[in-house]
Amino acid sequence: MSDPVVSGLKQLLSEGPVAVNLGLREFAESLQIQDVEVVHVEWSPPAEGDEKVGELLDRLI
Amino acid sequence: MATGYVVRENRYYDSVFLMQVAKRISNETGVDEAAALMGTLNNKQLLADIGFEDPSIRAATPSDLVIAIRAADQDTVERILVNVERWLARPEMVAGRRAVRTLDQALESQPQTNLVVISVPGTYAPRETRQALERGRNVFLFSSNVSVEDELRLKQLAHERGLILMGPDCGTAIIGGRGIGFANVVRSGPIGAIGAAGTGLQEFTSLVHQLGSGVSHAIGTGGRDLSDSVGGLTTLDALSQFEADPSTKVIALVSKPPGPATLAQLREILSRASKPVVACFLGLESNVDVQIGSLHLARTIDEAAEIATRLATGADPKVSSLGPTNAEHRLEAERVKLGREQKFVRGVFAGGTLCYQAQQVMRDLGLAVSSNAPLAGMAALDDPNDSRGHTLVDMGDDLFTRSRPHPMIDATLRNERILKEASDPEASVLLLDFVLGYNASSDPVGDMLGAINEAKSIAEDDGRHLSVVASICGTDDDPQDRKSQIELLESAGILVFPSNAQAAQLAGLLVSGLTA
Repeated sequence: MSDPVVSGLKQLLSEGPVAVNLGLREFAESLQIQDVEVVHVEWSPPAEGDEKVGELLDRLI
Repeated sequence: MATGYVVRENRYYDSVFLMQVAKRISNETGVDEAAALMGTLNNKQLLADIGFEDPSIRAATPSDLVIAIRAADQDTVERILVNVERWLARPEMVAGRRAVRTLDQALESQPQTNLVVISVPGTYAPRETRQALERGRNVFLFSSNVSVEDELRLKQLAHERGLILMGPDCGTAIIGGRGIGFANVVRSGPIGAIGAAGTGLQEFTSLVHQLGSGVSHAIGTGGRDLSDSVGGLTTLDALSQFEADPSTKVIALVSKPPGPATLAQLREILSRASKPVVACFLGLESNVDVQIGSLHLARTIDEAAEIATRLATGADPKVSSLGPTNAEHRLEAERVKLGREQKFVRGVFAGGTLCYQAQQVMRDLGLAVSSNAPLAGMAALDDPNDSRGHTLVDMGDDLFTRSRPHPMIDATLRNERILKEASDPEASVLLLDFVLGYNASSDPVGDMLGAINEAKSIAEDDGRHLSVVASICGTDDDPQDRKSQIELLESAGILVFPSNAQAAQLAGLLVSGLTA
């Protein structure tokens, strides 16, 4: 198992999670209970027009 | 009866919160039915199906909140809807921290972030995931309904950046003792686990804990990772890391069987592994086809947990702590209560992998089982809402969870299904699972006990005894208090087992006439 070093994953496993949560707020709350540093994003879907522009940009990038 | 609706433009709430809102409104005197949903096409159809139709609902967009109620009279409707905001009030989560609305704002306020947990609706999930990966962060992707093409592209991106993408449809993970998503409170220890979707990994890690060992990390990969369309990208990266991780001494893999090309790749990698590896590929008719070098193959999750514990500790795990207590006696005592016409097991599951493993256990007893999520070679139900013969239903299937939270949170549909099964004179055994841990219901047994008792009464009124066999997936350290959950079940005459495989075994034996 000598595949390329998975650096970001390695850091996650060795240091433990520091998290951002998008979506169900309960997921952030359960991390807080376990003393994990977490920022919860009050996420909402992009407005319809923004979504189309976003998709267009995604294709260009 | 009177109905009323409120639509709030550009007000997004997640489905779990909205379920709670709908429940609170339903509990008000005079309210017959309440729904609180975002205005997606699916949800609008769902509302129409239950008789909530109005131009304002038809005009709602996925960003708009719809609250609909049916009540005894117009006064009640008005009383509920006059101040909608009070139903939507939610305590601030973190005092003093400013609310952020985008991933970039969050990363700005917490630059040391190394994991982004994403559970937004599937349509939006690939974009958020890509952004997180491009910003150099690992991702736990709970969202489902992500295409396999998107999954492959995103996993390739993660791999190129040295990151991991757990999911899509990843329900659980444990990183350095911290549970992400639906995770049990499991002791830290030497076993590194990799699993497909959720409950299989929850069952494995919980059993390892109950056997006295512990888990270094548990990585969820998503159910399609080992298929040839994805090629095991997450599994292979996790294996590499576990091989290098000093806290992991034994590696365990719990999943459906890999695709042929992925199995070949896995075989190559595992043949070079310096740490012992235990694998449980659920659903195989036999393990012969997947023999790989010194790989330890397990037939069930129980066996995988026992082998891993033995390899990690160098001693036999306390088998008695998992083994059935008094199984032969309990089997016979229950069997004599069943009538001649009662032939079939009806499993109503919250956990997809638990439903899958139960099918394998029953197949090994020579029983033919139908399911909405069948094992290879088993029958698919023509109509997932109608059981026939031995039937094991995965109630967490997308078909049932559209527009509502997973059955580990919301037992409504499972309760309805249990009552339906009880009315079938051929139903003999109800087979159930209860999943504990973070983010699951705070009282999974309490949520269903009323329906279970009602099911037993329906059968009794018809002169039958309905056996109920259950397993609890969880540990003694979980927030729900496993012991009291077991006591609740046992006091209702339910046969409780410490694992899904054992419960399925007993259910199968009850109807097969075989002995334990």
